[in-house]
Amino acid sequence: MTVVGTTGLVLNEKLLFEHSDPGRKGYSLPKLDVPAASLPAELCRDEIQGFPELSEVDVVRHFTRLSTWNYGVDSGFYPLGSCTMKYNPKVNEAAARLPGLSDIHPATPAHLSQGILELMYRLQTALAEVSGFDRVTLQPAAGAHGELAGMLVIRAWHEARGSKRSKVLIPDTAHGTNPATASLAGYDVVPIASEGVLTLEEVEAHMDDDVAALMVTNPNTLGLFETNIEAICKLVHERGGLVYCDGANLNALMGIARPGDMGIDVMHFNLHKTFSTPHGGGGPGAGPVGVTKALIPYLPGPGVARDGDSYRFESDNADSIGRLLAFHGNVGILVRAYAYIRSMGGEGLKRASQMAVLNANYIRARLEGVYDLPYKRRSLHEVIFSDKDLEGGCHTLDVAKRLIDYGYHPPTIYFPLVVKGAIMIEPTETESLEVLDEFCDAMIAIAGEAKENPDLLHQAPVRSRVRRLDETTAARKPKLIWQEQGDG
Amino acid sequence: MRYIPHTAGDVKHMLERVGVKNLEELFVEVPESVRLKRPLDLPEAISETELLRELKVLAAKNATPSTHMSFLGGGAYHHFSPAAIDMLISRSEFYTAYTPYQPEISQGTLQAIFEFQTLICQLTGMDAANASMYDGASACAEAVLMSVRLTKRKKVLLSRALNPRYRGAVATYCMYLGLELVEVAVADDGRTDLADLAAKLDETTAAVVAGYPNYFGVIEDLSALSEKAHEAGARMVAAVSEPIALGLLKSPGELGVDIVAGDGQSFGLPLAFGGPYVGFFAVRQKDVRGMPGRLVGETTDLDGQRGFVLTLATREQHIRREKATSNICSNQGLCALVTTIFMSLLGKQGLREMAEQNLAKAAYAREQLAGVKGFSKVFGSPSFNEFVIRSQEPVADVLGRLEEAGILGGIALGKDYPELADCFLVCVTEQNRREEIDALVAALQGGAA
Repeated sequence: MTVVGTTGLVLNEKLLFEHSDPGRKGYSLPKLDVPAASLPAELCRDEIQGFPELSEVDVVRHFTRLSTWNYGVDSGFYPLGSCTMKYNPKVNEAAARLPGLSDIHPATPAHLSQGILELMYRLQTALAEVSGFDRVTLQPAAGAHGELAGMLVIRAWHEARGSKRSKVLIPDTAHGTNPATASLAGYDVVPIASEGVLTLEEVEAHMDDDVAALMVTNPNTLGLFETNIEAICKLVHERGGLVYCDGANLNALMGIARPGDMGIDVMHFNLHKTFSTPHGGGGPGAGPVGVTKALIPYLPGPGVARDGDSYRFESDNADSIGRLLAFHGNVGILVRAYAYIRSMGGEGLKRASQMAVLNANYIRARLEGVYDLPYKRRSLHEVIFSDKDLEGGCHTLDVAKRLIDYGYHPPTIYFPLVVKGAIMIEPTETESLEVLDEFCDAMIAIAGEAKENPDLLHQAPVRSRVRRLDETTAARKPKLIWQEQGDG
Repeated sequence: MRYIPHTAGDVKHMLERVGVKNLEELFVEVPESVRLKRPLDLPEAISETELLRELKVLAAKNATPSTHMSFLGGGAYHHFSPAAIDMLISRSEFYTAYTPYQPEISQGTLQAIFEFQTLICQLTGMDAANASMYDGASACAEAVLMSVRLTKRKKVLLSRALNPRYRGAVATYCMYLGLELVEVAVADDGRTDLADLAAKLDETTAAVVAGYPNYFGVIEDLSALSEKAHEAGARMVAAVSEPIALGLLKSPGELGVDIVAGDGQSFGLPLAFGGPYVGFFAVRQKDVRGMPGRLVGETTDLDGQRGFVLTLATREQHIRREKATSNICSNQGLCALVTTIFMSLLGKQGLREMAEQNLAKAAYAREQLAGVKGFSKVFGSPSFNEFVIRSQEPVADVLGRLEEAGILGGIALGKDYPELADCFLVCVTEQNRREEIDALVAALQGGAA
């Protein structure tokens, strides 16, 4: 068995403030070429207390060392369920850095921004085609931001009809952003149960005249296709509601089926999931939103429009919900997603979804019988196991920490909440058979260790730079900034 | 396809192991009625060489500070960005990593965020800052929502001199929450009108929001605004879209502000037609548990070694769901890292020097422009690196002929401020050389054709 994780020399590194030495500098500015100016003294600050003074060497070494403490997709397998940690293509990075794309000011007049406007228009069009919607806005900066846009659009549609509905139905498997977003849109959340997939009966039982929308994820967070989606959408529509889809799991469906064809009214994309843009250690992502024709007037704006060969921002639309950001969106991320779609083409995107689903099912086949598999329907791009059969008093958390010693980023754990001790594995299509086999070997070995030598799991990780961290004290006595005195 | 490693042999082996005959069988749960029965209608895939060629053609159609002299500001600023920054954030352990939920293998990201939080607090004079928000406008909106939550009041006072796009985002975020958004007038000197503020403040006011500097580049009297806000029991929110100013100006914290919401784009982030930028959000100690966004805290591991973890997560969506302080999940992590590296390289001396250059160049430009026949200064209050110029000639014509001379001379104000339809906003940073400013003046002196 090939074990990926090993030991090695890693370097320690203090905080910036602990390195600081008065007089060191790390910058270079040209000399001032106009007369100096000043402000009235009462407007001016003293020097910034605590701000570091470092040389360029200090800073470069500092962040280089910090980077070595991290694990990225480029380091190894990153099977986080519902996060779609696929490979981030390097040509996309080059694309986003091209002069002419990276350095254009957002207030540049339209006739002098034709290139970027055309790129955005083509991306809007491509995303609409992949998803089956009539129009796409590129403005939202992340998935949750897209959810907010989508729910505000839904509410605007209702308000325009004089309909004062106050509730939103959300399955118990939903990502936490779904109910949080519904609250931000001023709705009350009604959780509904799903036994694996949503049933028409469950939706029918809750779908009354006070329900504005149903929020779904398809495939859902258990990796299962919502087989009743068409009937459910029809029912919700018949009773005057709309259906919102969280598009986080779109990687299972490209070229296979389109949410817009299922009766769904609004859906957000996660470009940092399905469309390969990097996760950045917590963003920036991008959360474009697709809608059906009826909802176009309410989209946040302005969007990009085309007149023959030229491109412009659409004129002000009185029914639009307005803007959610100062400018046009995370354009640098949009450029990366566009480059990805051009590199893959329609056939490539379909192949990506097919291989993503094959990879997840292969892992399922190899680990079934070793770990408890709570749902027996065919998985799509991700598979959920639980720690039910784990021995030695070991739990999901211990498996995750032991995987680190084996050289892997752990899968998503303890989500969704409906599966006790959930382990959600999404390999994505960019992983080879070799990597999948090595990972499965590691997972099987760990299950064996739980039986033979559970302490290896309980003490894990031991190979990382730090061991398990005290999160309880961190929350009870929060220390959120470095302070001059009494610091380590 | 270079991003999908599967060979025909791999696929055959895997299908056998899974126990299905073909790929089609894997999608058995997707009903026929929703299956896409045609290929996706997208352009055929192109190679890396062709892709870059296509993008360079598109790029060439855009005006940038490399092709035109640029005096555009209005919430996005052209500043120096040290070369070291891009090299460091291009390390894949930073940019291909996920949110640091597994702290043992994310200490790089976590320590960097802790340093970001600290630097933002030092810069703004506040007690705690989160790991970032999407941008200044949405951060400002979240500051308003937080004030509403904490005071349980429904009225929000927004200065007319606050960036119009920030006001727009606030309006959208608040649109269905039963809140009352009221505008406070701008005085003749370009600052928020204190008398109008006093008249509109009452016991239903949750927050007062002003820009610092404001949209006109004018430096607001935050101390006076805070005092009035606090008299009425409201929170004072300062929106900082140009944080280079904080290298010189008194920090919002020392002026009594309760929440600072701003944008760190000036700290090393490319203009990129509007994003990704980075919102920063800083509060007082008393409000920490009510703030949105991720927080990183210091702790120790099993061996007593210092480490960092995400903390106070019970405020957030993945724990608190519909009762969370915000719905935010992904923020702008890598962008926050850019600003952290920027602040480290510039340091306290560099930021001050940069601010002084901005101030000096803008002052020089303002005097020169106001000296051209047909043009005049508008607001008399001290300003930072932006100012408003009034033109006798229609603004569209002025900007048009400046463009012909290869200059992006400023932002027309008429659309957002009808009372300033004969004015435009000029921004001058340390990136504008004296020759450029002189060229701008000369082009204006050229007069209408």
